[in-house]
Amino acid sequence: MNKIKKFFNKDNTVGYVFAFPFIFGFLCFSLIPMFTSFIYSFTDVSLMNMNSDIPFVGLDKYAKLISDNIFRKSLGITLKYVFISVPLKLAFALLVAFLLTRKSKMVTLYRSLYYVPSLVGGSIAVALVWKQIFARRGLINTVLADLSLHTVNWFGDQKLALYPLILMSVWQFGSSMIIFAAGLKEIPQSYYEAAMIDGANGFQRFFKITLPCLSPIVLYNLIMQTISAFMAFTQAFVITAGGPNNGTMMYALYVYNQAFKYNDMGYACAMSWVMLIVMSIITLVIFKTSKMWVFSEADS
Amino acid sequence: MKARKIIGKVIYHLFVLAFGFCMIYPVLWMISGSFKDNAQILTGGLSLVPKEVIKTNYATGWRGFSGITFATFFKNSGILTSIATFGTLVSSALVSYSLSRVHFKGRGLWFSCMIATMMLPGQVIMIPSFLIWHKLGLVGTYVPLVLPYFCGQAFFIYQMMQFMKGIPRELDEAAKIDGCSKYGIFGRIIFPLLKPSLITTVIIQFYWKWDDYMGPLLYLNKPQQYPVSIAIKLFADATSTTDYGAMFAMSSLSLIPVFLIFLFFNRYLVQGIGTSGLKG
Repeated sequence: MNKIKKFFNKDNTVGYVFAFPFIFGFLCFSLIPMFTSFIYSFTDVSLMNMNSDIPFVGLDKYAKLISDNIFRKSLGITLKYVFISVPLKLAFALLVAFLLTRKSKMVTLYRSLYYVPSLVGGSIAVALVWKQIFARRGLINTVLADLSLHTVNWFGDQKLALYPLILMSVWQFGSSMIIFAAGLKEIPQSYYEAAMIDGANGFQRFFKITLPCLSPIVLYNLIMQTISAFMAFTQAFVITAGGPNNGTMMYALYVYNQAFKYNDMGYACAMSWVMLIVMSIITLVIFKTSKMWVFSEADS
Repeated sequence: MKARKIIGKVIYHLFVLAFGFCMIYPVLWMISGSFKDNAQILTGGLSLVPKEVIKTNYATGWRGFSGITFATFFKNSGILTSIATFGTLVSSALVSYSLSRVHFKGRGLWFSCMIATMMLPGQVIMIPSFLIWHKLGLVGTYVPLVLPYFCGQAFFIYQMMQFMKGIPRELDEAAKIDGCSKYGIFGRIIFPLLKPSLITTVIIQFYWKWDDYMGPLLYLNKPQQYPVSIAIKLFADATSTTDYGAMFAMSSLSLIPVFLIFLFFNRYLVQGIGTSGLKG
C-alpha cells in the first residue's frame, strides 16, 4: 500500500499524471493526423476509397500544385493579407494599449470598448454585417453617394475585395491590445521617472523605454497573429466565398474547397503541407531577425 | 498650467471615446438594424435610430428554418460551448501545473511539443482528423467537437504557465513541509491562486467556441444539431431575398451570451494575462 502511495508521489509519476491529457491529445489529435496528412499527400485518398485500397500517386499532387493557377493566386493573396493585416493590427493594438495606460477610472471601460470587436469579430453575425456594410448598396456606398463621391463595388472587383477582409482583421486588434496592456503594466514606473529627469519627451520615452521593454511581447504577438492570419477562413467563406474571380481565395478556404467541395483530399493534404512549410519559414525568419530588435534584460 | 492640463484631459477622453465609438459602430448598427425593415437597412445609411421601429424581426427570426426554431440552435451552442470550455479549463490547468512545477523526465520534450502545437496551423491536421473521425463513425456527433478540448489547449496551457511563474514557489515548499502531496499542492494552492488566469481562459475559450464555424461545418450534418453560428449563415442563405432585419435580430441575440460572459469577468481580463515569462 505504502509502495503504491510512494510511486504515485514520485515526481515522474506526478508529472505524467498531470500531463496525461496533453500527451494523449498531442498523439491523437496532432501527431497522428499530421503524419497521416503527410502520407495522404502522396495518395488519391477520398471519402469513397478510404476504407479500401488508397491509390498511391507519388508526387503527382505536388506536381499538380505547380501548374495550378488558383493555388498560386491563393498563396499570393494570403501572403498579401498576412503582410498587410498583421503589422497594421499590431501597430493599432500597441498604440491603443499605450493610450490606455493612463491612470483613470475610465480606462477599464475604454479597454472593454476596444475589446468588443475582438469579442464578436469571429462570429458569423459580424461577418454578415460586414458583408452588408461593404455591399454594393451597403453602408459605405450609401455614405459615399451622400457625399456625392463615386461608389465602389467592393466585392465585385477582384483587386479590391481583399481590403474589406483586411480591415476586418485589423479591426479585431483587441486581443493583442490586452496582451500589450498586460506587458505595459509591468514596465517599472521608475524607468519613466528617470527618463523624465533626464529631460526625455513623450516620443523619446515611447521609443527608448516602452518599445524595447515590450519587444518580447511584440514578438509573441507577431508570431501568434501571423499564424492565425495564415489560417483565416471564416470571413472569406462567409463574406465573399473566395470570389470574385478567386480574388479572396484565402489559402485555408482553397484547402477546404479542394477537400470537401471537389473531394480531392490528397491534393488538399499536399497543399496544407506546403502551407506548413511556408509558415515555418516565415516564423523562422521572424525568430532569427528578432535577435536584432528584441531587447532582453540579460544584455544591457 | 492647470487649465492646459484639464483641456488636455478632456481632449484625451473625447478622442478615446470617439475612436472607441467608431470601433463598436458596426455592432451598434447591427443591433439597430434588428429593429429596421429591409428598406430602412438598405437605404438608411449611417443612422443608428430606426425611423420606424419594427418589433416583429425577433419573432420572425426566432422561427428559424425547416421547422426548427432558434431555441434549438441556442441550446446546441450552449451545450457545445460549455462542455468545451469546461474541458479546456480543467485539462489546461492540470497540464500547465505539470509543465511548470513538476520536475519529471521528458518535461522539456513535452513543453516543446506544446509550443509546436500552438504554432501548428489547424488546416494541416483538418483533413486527416476528419477522415479519422469518419472512420470511427463519429462524424455527425458532438464528439469531435468537444473531446479534443479535454486534452488541454496549448494557448491556454502557455498562458497559465506564464501566470504560474508569478505564484511564489515558497508556497509550494511550505505546503510540502506541512505534509501536502503534489496533488494537494495543486488542488489547494495552485488551482485557487490561478483564478484570474482561469477566468481569462473561460472568457476567451467561451467566445472562440461560441463563434466557431469551421468545426460544426465539417462535423455536423443534421439541422437539429446545428449551433447558432451555422444557423445564422443558413438563415441568411435560406430565402432568396434575405430578411436582413430578422437576420440582424438573430445575430444580435447570438452575441448576448458572449457579452454577458465578458461583462461578468471583464475586470479579470488584463490581470489574468501573465507576460513576466515572455521577458528575455
